[in-house]
Amino acid sequence: MSKPTVLNAAHRALNARMIDFGGWEMPVNYGSQIEEHHAVRRDCGMFDISHMCAVALRGPDARPFLSRLLANSVEKLQAPGKALYSPMLNETGGVIDDLIVCRFSDEDFHMVVNAGTAGKDLAWMSACRAARGYDVTLAPLREGSAAVGMIAVQGPNARARVWQALPETRRATETLPPFFGVRIGDLFIATTGYTGEDGFEITLPAARAEALWSALLAAGVRPCGLGARDTLRLEAGMNLYGQDMDETVSPLDAGLERYVELASGRDFIGRAALLAQERRVSFLGLKLLDKGVLRAHQKVFTPEGEGEITSGTFSPTLGASIAFARLPRAARINTVVQVDIRGKRLPARIVPLPFVRHGKALV
Amino acid sequence: MNIPAELKYTASHEWARPETDGSVTVGITNHAQELLGDMVFVELPETGRTLAAGEETCVLESVKAAADVYAPVAGRVVAVNDALVSAPEQINQDAYAAWLFRLAPDDAADLGKLLDAAAYRAVIDAGQS
Repeated sequence: MSKPTVLNAAHRALNARMIDFGGWEMPVNYGSQIEEHHAVRRDCGMFDISHMCAVALRGPDARPFLSRLLANSVEKLQAPGKALYSPMLNETGGVIDDLIVCRFSDEDFHMVVNAGTAGKDLAWMSACRAARGYDVTLAPLREGSAAVGMIAVQGPNARARVWQALPETRRATETLPPFFGVRIGDLFIATTGYTGEDGFEITLPAARAEALWSALLAAGVRPCGLGARDTLRLEAGMNLYGQDMDETVSPLDAGLERYVELASGRDFIGRAALLAQERRVSFLGLKLLDKGVLRAHQKVFTPEGEGEITSGTFSPTLGASIAFARLPRAARINTVVQVDIRGKRLPARIVPLPFVRHGKALV
Repeated sequence: MNIPAELKYTASHEWARPETDGSVTVGITNHAQELLGDMVFVELPETGRTLAAGEETCVLESVKAAADVYAPVAGRVVAVNDALVSAPEQINQDAYAAWLFRLAPDDAADLGKLLDAAAYRAVIDAGQS
């Protein structure tokens, strides 16, 4: 039985088509996912992301704990409110989850992890804390008075629409650069997202989530489901946990190299395993040159050997199918390869990621 | 649920309509287009192709998934709806107007073996429970 988010009634009132995602009952679309996609690229759309799990980390050892826990380095977070994307690895260098963590001070961090992995993430974090006796509390903001709702508002007009719905947030967010978070009363607003567009992710007390959703609707923000969220993140070159990487995949084989900080010699979990591994694959984009749709697990034939698609879809912005693929290390950008689509081999070009950023096609 | 009473159905979500000239028009149901979501490519069968009942006839690709369309009855393809190739979204807009192909059935009596609207509704309800 999938769990409803705090916005479940709002989705039903809008006739959303609901599916299970990571144990949560979520809207996949409210009619046309392609129109929802274009709304985010051209104007503004909003997503219920309350299924994801926000965790408050507090205590004197919060920073050293995260420094040990995460493959990316929280030492990069100097300015208050700065946020960081990081894989969290196991001892063999596989990805337990990918997450975003925002630092307010060395003793006060706000983390957001994926919905379907939240339980194992918290168990893993607790075990890591216990192993070295870090003095830090891990509080998931799920239950009782601490429970939050989260709404992502994304698109070129996202900020203006949020300020219409929440005028009191304007001053503190007007000049907020990308990948920063700020607390405004009991709101937490971050310039993060999963679409490749400007926008905010707003965290607020669960009891107020539906009122904000309604105010954003009234401000002209289009509700968007997981369908559009998937095509947007693929165009933006952003990985999906469980599809593009998991506990058996090294972040270095999943295109996450720049989120793994090895240079400082910091002793994070999974580091030794990553250093011992031989790099075998390149994680690159594919653009289909024929009619059809690339999908996960389709085989790719390159002059250098076989590869596999991890995520594929139809890109509404490009009007063509796109995919992420693990390809042989020697595969090169611009090479035309063949993809086995339902028994037929169709040509595709290897392209760099991302495909689209800020409304503009890059490939 | 939009299931027109005058059409015949298959458990694999095709609809079939007997025409006055003896041919049978085939499409996918509104329930099927809802499940598939936004349609992006339609691959139609070749005119003249002979099909067995239940044979894979053509492929629809939505953003979400690829779906085979099966021949409801045995017959020969006598026409295809070429307009869908450049405008596959017509299937989402009106699945009962956006026909895919027309068959000359081997035996018109085969249509009697298909589901009526009530039986098709029962198939959907069983799939959702």
